Amino acid sequence: MKLKTPSLLALTAALGLAAAVGLGGRGADPTTSVGPIATIAIAPGSFTFRPPGDYLRSNRPVDAPLRKMDVRAGFEIMKYQVSVADYARCVADGACLAAEGRASMPETMPVTGVNYRDATAYTVWLSSATGESWRLPTDAEWAFAAAERFPDEALGLLDDGTNPATRWLARYRNEAGKAAPDPEPKPQGFFGVNSKGLADVAGNVWDWTTTCYAHASLNADGSIAESTENCGVRVVGGRHRGYMSFFIRDGKSGGCAAGMAPHNLGIRLVRDKPSAIARLRSLLNRTAS
Amino acid sequence: MFTRREALFGVAGAAVIATLPVGLNMAHAADVAGLSREKVALVAPPFVHAHQQVATGGPKVVEFQLTIKEQPVVIDGDGTTLQAMTYDGSIPGPMMVVHENDYVELTLINPDTNEMPHNIDFHAATGALGGGALTNVNPGEQAVLRFKATRAGTFVYHCAPSGMIPWHVVSGMSGTIMVLPRDGLKDHEGKPLIYDKVLYIGESDFYVPRDENGNFKKFETLGDSYDETLKVMRGLIPTHVVFNGKVGALTGDNALKAKVGEKVLIVHSQANRDTRPHLIGGHGDFVWEQGKFANAPDRDLETWFIRGGSAGAAFYMFRQPGVYAYVNHNLIEAAELGATAHIVVEGNWDDDLMTQVAAPGPIPTN
Repeated sequence: MKLKTPSLLALTAALGLAAAVGLGGRGADPTTSVGPIATIAIAPGSFTFRPPGDYLRSNRPVDAPLRKMDVRAGFEIMKYQVSVADYARCVADGACLAAEGRASMPETMPVTGVNYRDATAYTVWLSSATGESWRLPTDAEWAFAAAERFPDEALGLLDDGTNPATRWLARYRNEAGKAAPDPEPKPQGFFGVNSKGLADVAGNVWDWTTTCYAHASLNADGSIAESTENCGVRVVGGRHRGYMSFFIRDGKSGGCAAGMAPHNLGIRLVRDKPSAIARLRSLLNRTAS
Repeated sequence: MFTRREALFGVAGAAVIATLPVGLNMAHAADVAGLSREKVALVAPPFVHAHQQVATGGPKVVEFQLTIKEQPVVIDGDGTTLQAMTYDGSIPGPMMVVHENDYVELTLINPDTNEMPHNIDFHAATGALGGGALTNVNPGEQAVLRFKATRAGTFVYHCAPSGMIPWHVVSGMSGTIMVLPRDGLKDHEGKPLIYDKVLYIGESDFYVPRDENGNFKKFETLGDSYDETLKVMRGLIPTHVVFNGKVGALTGDNALKAKVGEKVLIVHSQANRDTRPHLIGGHGDFVWEQGKFANAPDRDLETWFIRGGSAGAAFYMFRQPGVYAYVNHNLIEAAELGATAHIVVEGNWDDDLMTQVAAPGPIPTN
């Protein structure tokens, strides 16, 4: 699909404006409790990245293949991670479970101690509260938005595969080197913005994505021969990629015995442009009112 | 209480002396004056000062110095702060290494910047509460203790001030002394065991009080922390169980290092509470669980038991490269409370010992 003309963008913007002045989002009771959400518009484009998961070639672990990804439709993504105060509103509405961990985190901190289910519950609540379409990013979207802060995890080893420990050691060093020096959550904005304007990317709070963990074996040409997905484990984006079971709230506990675990797990959402149906519904609502 | 204990000790001591062969109880300081002296600078764990494994020459006087430092220490990744008491600023205190029948001469310094009286009880020493009764130093004082290291092994030392012993110990004041046999370590057949390096692990259990919201409390001073800490201690459930003073003190960039073929002696001390070290993917080739080298080592152990108030030693040669986790195999304590170290081991893989016959992939269907 090719991106359509600027007129579509104008329409989208107009609809966004309509929502902002309270014409959209009918039936969502808690609307008043959600303030403006700062987002960054990610323009369409293409980039190369290595998809997540573990890859084998000729039965030996290798770096994930480099893929050219086309992001044909732009999207909007939260500039900041969901804050303690944002998340507390969802909890107050009975739509989210309380985050795990410190009870008295300052409100401007990114929320931490949330698992995948908490993150998806928050997207449902926020979508309902705003009448907008919020969702978790995919790993590829996260990587694209993270831009220069997305870690290329290629180990680039000249490895004949006879020593499996070579990769473990290289990965351990790689991740140890990327450990956040201070794992205590910091106020929003503390880690600065990346080239696309996103704040706190690859700080010390990892973001949940919808992408499932996969084992794949590659053909000689780099195409995937076969792949097994495990959606009980999702990719988390941060200083290094993490793979977390959906029920884990504290990244430190979710790591394996000899790996480096994400310090904190948090939420950053994508806002989809309204679909044709959503636009229609919005127009109908407008007519009805 | 203290006096009575001292009196009891005095009786027991007299009984022991009465049974000793003539000559053994006749040592005087004058005999020591003729011995050679060596001054050793201690190094912070997990490292150990350079030392001989097989002693050359006769017994000598080995001089050490420990400065007590009361200081707040961050003990986990969440910034939890313990009002700690330490020997030389590290938890555990530095390891001292001597040989059997050497004399340990320790200068214990309590700077006037500290709040508390302190002392030192060497489990390796004989008499006076392990030296505790002779080393009570107030802030601004120092004392010098000399004892003869008559028993070979790894031994705990810790602070033991009257009335506050456990609090000082669980605030960081413990360490290890290793008294090697003069002719070095031996296996079960009496053949020499020479290690390439010592990895020194000091395990601590901490008891940090929480506030009404369940967050760990930070106290302004050591004295302020006492009452509430004692209440948590009495529950006997630590909030942290860590190696070398902090969750993650020996992981990531601080992971221990070794090579395939390298022989390490892992010395593990726990001054207060039982623990059960385990090297994931490895073993203890020769283990002195109780740490005492006059006993033959146990062989091929999977997990070994270190009694609270003791230090043990495990000799191991790495046979495979990789990242090893060295844990307290109460895995809740390892993974949730902090008792995990990593050892990064370089070298060639031995396919004979292990090979991945088929990598994880889809289950074949017919």
